[in-house]
Amino acid sequence: MLSVQVGAAAVPPAVLAGMPRLRWGWAGAGLLALAASCGVGVLVGPVHIGVGTVVQTLVGGAVDPGQANILWSLRFPRVVLGVLVGGTLAIAGAAYQGVFRNPLADPYLLGAAAGANLGATLAIAFAPGTSVLGVNVVPLAAFVGAGAAVSGAYALGRSVTGLRSATGLILAGVAIAAFFNSIQSYVQQTQTSSIRQVYSWILGRLVTAGWDDVLLILPYVLLSVVAIYLHRRLLDALTLGEDEVTSLGIPVRRVRLIVVVAATLGTAAVVAVGGTIAFVGIIVPHTIRLLVGRSYRVVIPLSVLFGAAFLVLADAAARTVVAPAELPIGVITAFLGAPFFIAVMRSTRAAAL
Amino acid sequence: MRTHQPEASAKLAVRFGVVAFLSVFFAASCGGNPTSATSTPASRFPVSITAPGGATVTIPRRPQRVVSLSPSATEMLFAMGAGPQVVAVDDQSNYPATAPKTQLSGFTPNIEAIAAFTPDLVVAAEDTAGLVHGVQALNVPILIEPAAKNLDDTYVQIKQLGAATGHAADADSLVASMRSQVGSFVASVAKPARQLRVYHELDNTYYSVTSATFIGQVYKLLGLTNIADAAAGAAPDYPQLSPEYIVASNPDLIVLADTKCCQQDLSSVAARPGWRAIVAVKSGQVVPVDDDVASRWGPRIIEFMRAVALHVQQLEKQAA
Repeated sequence: MLSVQVGAAAVPPAVLAGMPRLRWGWAGAGLLALAASCGVGVLVGPVHIGVGTVVQTLVGGAVDPGQANILWSLRFPRVVLGVLVGGTLAIAGAAYQGVFRNPLADPYLLGAAAGANLGATLAIAFAPGTSVLGVNVVPLAAFVGAGAAVSGAYALGRSVTGLRSATGLILAGVAIAAFFNSIQSYVQQTQTSSIRQVYSWILGRLVTAGWDDVLLILPYVLLSVVAIYLHRRLLDALTLGEDEVTSLGIPVRRVRLIVVVAATLGTAAVVAVGGTIAFVGIIVPHTIRLLVGRSYRVVIPLSVLFGAAFLVLADAAARTVVAPAELPIGVITAFLGAPFFIAVMRSTRAAAL
Repeated sequence: MRTHQPEASAKLAVRFGVVAFLSVFFAASCGGNPTSATSTPASRFPVSITAPGGATVTIPRRPQRVVSLSPSATEMLFAMGAGPQVVAVDDQSNYPATAPKTQLSGFTPNIEAIAAFTPDLVVAAEDTAGLVHGVQALNVPILIEPAAKNLDDTYVQIKQLGAATGHAADADSLVASMRSQVGSFVASVAKPARQLRVYHELDNTYYSVTSATFIGQVYKLLGLTNIADAAAGAAPDYPQLSPEYIVASNPDLIVLADTKCCQQDLSSVAARPGWRAIVAVKSGQVVPVDDDVASRWGPRIIEFMRAVALHVQQLEKQAA
């Protein structure tokens, strides 16, 4: 029997028959959207910098050093970071939705946000301004916290249900998240002087250590995105139902583990530098499902492109709507995301009826 | 020549405040019998005080067991010599070191825990979680002295705390001394050749203060232009600024009120992407201040103002 080699496991082609593939037109549209949003991202900001200056700066022409400084040190890294964070959150959301076959799953389903928030809060409250190997301790603690929460949820879910059902894992994630949140609230309560920073962290903000942060998360983001991308066919196969897929010889639990680990790694990395930005992982994959198609071979790659484009635009709004002040980016994504989330719930209920 | 108008109106407001205070004071002392002779003869009990927070509070006799849930009030009480009467202060009251710090919280006050100190006066900065209602139920007078909006508020609060604890004369002399020092700081900064810009940093996520705040008003007195004022439309008091804007505003003076919370200093500010281009960073005019001093409205505001005035003088010399 012929099979298509996809990374770790193979999917019989017959399984995928009838599921739509990604068309070049949509891939092109995604790339175009990303390019356009990056254009907007570098052109808007509290400081007005003209198109000519931006182009001159990019090609190394002679421009005002003050404006060049703002572009190179602040705006360009911020746009690139928006691409990485948005793309990763969206693909991780799509991956979680595929693995758990739950349309409301997001990258924080297994407690990644609660873990990251706790880690960051502890670092802000008890180890302010310290760094380990030249890296600020806040993103490190957030990364470790996110990883610990998801590992905890996975271990708990496995010990309780043996991973026979995804529901056990989700409930374990809910319990772990509640537990971590309570500790986080307690720490915040006792360390009131750091409330403002913790608040700023939780709502998310792409204000960072510039290129350092980009380089810091790039390896994890690449690893995560590539691993999930290679499993897009398996995610499609999983939609047939666990028993049927298992009977085809696909190692469901291993696929689930690999995709969850990859999505968690990426989520932990981007949350570490951007904070727990809400809703990107929900609204982007669902928009693609509604507009393009439900196949993961469509949703996975397009989530990266449109997720990146969406977050770059949201960040452009975050730093211009109330300029020269800033809004937390989580306010923008949730303001757009919450109504959309309701629409998704309504449409899924309509389909179920 | 300096402008006289704001000063004159401030004086008028203070004079009015003092008159109002004295009339309350006399009304109170006529109404009841003074119970005991105290060390400060000007204070007679019972005394009635109308705090900016609202209701009038009557204190029957000179308090000997004061509980302070406000770090600023704690500093005021100790500065005027009422420290020996204070039996407990909240977990944020870390100054002076001799203050009897406890686990009590001013943010999530626990009435039972407060009652355990058998206070005869409770002072707090805000009425959270039913604090006033709960303390009144214990028949203990409670004075709410909310965050001051300007130095005059601070002076009024010091005088009220003085009257409440039997240190009216001490409070008066503390206020007089603060007032004269503020005057000398303002006089020490001449009109600069050009407007000097200041950026006040509350934490390393770039929250700042506008001129509408207590601390912002100090910069205004010293003739500085506050770059955060441009963001007052977004948040009238404490906007979170865009780093791009801070760099482009090119402040002459950066005041770091995040030395304790976030361990910031000149080198960490200089290490931020793009910040080396700021004139204050280039010239080293980055002033580290104690976070607590810059976020309270107590007598130590004088220290803060002295530090800032010194830097403004240096900047003026450079500009000249």
